Amino acid sequence: MDKILEVRDLNVSYTTEGTLFRKKEVQKVLKDVSFDLYAGEALGLVGGSGSGKTTLARAVLGLLPRYEGTVTHYTPRPQVIFQDPSSALNPARTVGWIMEEPLLIHGKYDAPERRRRILAMLEQVGLSEEYLDRHPSELSGGQKQRVLIAAALIVRPRLVVADEPVSALDVTIQAQILKLLAEMRRRHGLSYLFISHDMNVVYQLCDRVMVMQEGRIVETGAIDEIFQHPKHPYTRQLIEAAN
Amino acid sequence: MAKQPVKNKNPFAGNWFLTAGAAITVFMILFTLLGQIWTPYDPSLPDENAMSLAPSPAHWFGTDSFGRDILSRVMNGAGTTLLIAFLVVLIGGIAGVIIGSLTGYFGGVVDEVLMRICDLITAFPSILLALIILRIMEPGVKNVVWVLAILFVPSFARVVRTEFARCRTQNYVKLARLQGAGPFRIMLRHILPNVWPVLLPAVSIGFNNAVLAEASMSFLGVGVSASEVSLGRMLYDSQNTILRGAPWYALTVGLVIVLMILGFSLLGEGLRQRNR
Ligand SMILES: Nc1ncnc2c1ncn2[C@@H]1O[C@H](COP(=O)(O)OP(=O)(O)OP(=O)(O)O)[C@@H](O)[C@H]1O
Ligand SMILES: [Mg+2]
Repeated sequence: MDKILEVRDLNVSYTTEGTLFRKKEVQKVLKDVSFDLYAGEALGLVGGSGSGKTTLARAVLGLLPRYEGTVTHYTPRPQVIFQDPSSALNPARTVGWIMEEPLLIHGKYDAPERRRRILAMLEQVGLSEEYLDRHPSELSGGQKQRVLIAAALIVRPRLVVADEPVSALDVTIQAQILKLLAEMRRRHGLSYLFISHDMNVVYQLCDRVMVMQEGRIVETGAIDEIFQHPKHPYTRQLIEAAN
Repeated sequence: MAKQPVKNKNPFAGNWFLTAGAAITVFMILFTLLGQIWTPYDPSLPDENAMSLAPSPAHWFGTDSFGRDILSRVMNGAGTTLLIAFLVVLIGGIAGVIIGSLTGYFGGVVDEVLMRICDLITAFPSILLALIILRIMEPGVKNVVWVLAILFVPSFARVVRTEFARCRTQNYVKLARLQGAGPFRIMLRHILPNVWPVLLPAVSIGFNNAVLAEASMSFLGVGVSASEVSLGRMLYDSQNTILRGAPWYALTVGLVIVLMILGFSLLGEGLRQRNR
């Protein structure tokens, strides 16, 4: 199988600025994290709040100024779907603009081709043409997340990092978006690094899962295997919490 | 999927400040523009038979001690004042936007240095500083514009910087970066459109302050030169007529200045309220 992402011995710490009253502190957030992600695979990352999931996503995307270890991509331009869709969409711009901008940056397509791609992608995420002129403030939470998915996928990435893409949505919308993500994966042969604090959500979408506790990956395995025979006590705890 | 209510598109509805401010400002601009192409009398032609007349149907604002029609002079002279204000806001605004976006977006040493310079400029009462500078330089429209433009830069730089610093941390900027957008593309296309709502009120208040500054400086005799006619210069000329029992010159010029700054400040407040 094609390897699409390789992470080796990743260590990340945040240094909080010292003040007159507080000493400078170094907090280790990721500890010796190593894993591989293969083409077409959906890899889940679960863990409690503050365990370091978003930090790992940022390291994979190259958004961290400093880290130790290696992150190797075997594909250009991984894309991301953020947890909070409202701040991920530019409030001053329309849906059409937001979807066209990535295509303009890559600069390979002429105007009719851009329009064709935008309309096709909009349809795939279940929105009609009339949404092109809407501003983000005129969309519901689920619609925002659809636009965000469309903008991420329009440049045809092979790897998508999704950081809790459904946790800001209510349950019925969650199910719709998860279905959409599964469908897009099948259609475009995407690989996901899918982050969640909810084992159930991961179960619905992923083939494999990593369990993270306090910055360390404590268990990795096929999703069914982990659900049926969790080895680590923290994994058991997460499964129980999900039921 | 449920549609959310579409935002109210009429910006004037229920915004009293914006409505009144826009109405006064539009009226004053038309009044001034008209004065550049047509005035009831020749604004600079003395008339020995009509010296120091009180307001009347023939001369609505009266005449000055040379017999020149004050309404005509005010209509014409407001153009100089408005031109100064426009250039000051344009130059100060462009410089402020450039400085504010660079410092807000990049932060760091450049931010420190430029903002300390801005602090230094604002540390002095600006009119006082302008007075001192113009005592050294020649009076005249060009110098007034440059001095005021420099003094106005910090006010624009600050609001723009704050917005850039706020937007820089938003997820849509991180996304743009991931999509491969460079810093200048992000600043111009992604962040700048979010800055207009705070920049517009600042521009309006800038006009207000510039008109006021021109009037004060020229009134004190360090603004435009004696051969140039502006509202401030006319206020200066009208000083001794008050004592001679002819207050209408000062009053009518003052009224026009007040209307002008009232319009701009109401407009600014209205634009500010629109952001809430
Ligand atoms: N920019 C930062 N500076 C300093 N500390 C940070 C920063 N970002 C995160 N941290 C700290 O790093 C730890 C891990 O944060 P992270 O956001 O990766 O957790 P998470 O697993 O995504 O949590 P959640 O489920 O709540 O999103 C937390 O203790 C957090 O306080
Ligand atoms: Mg997180």
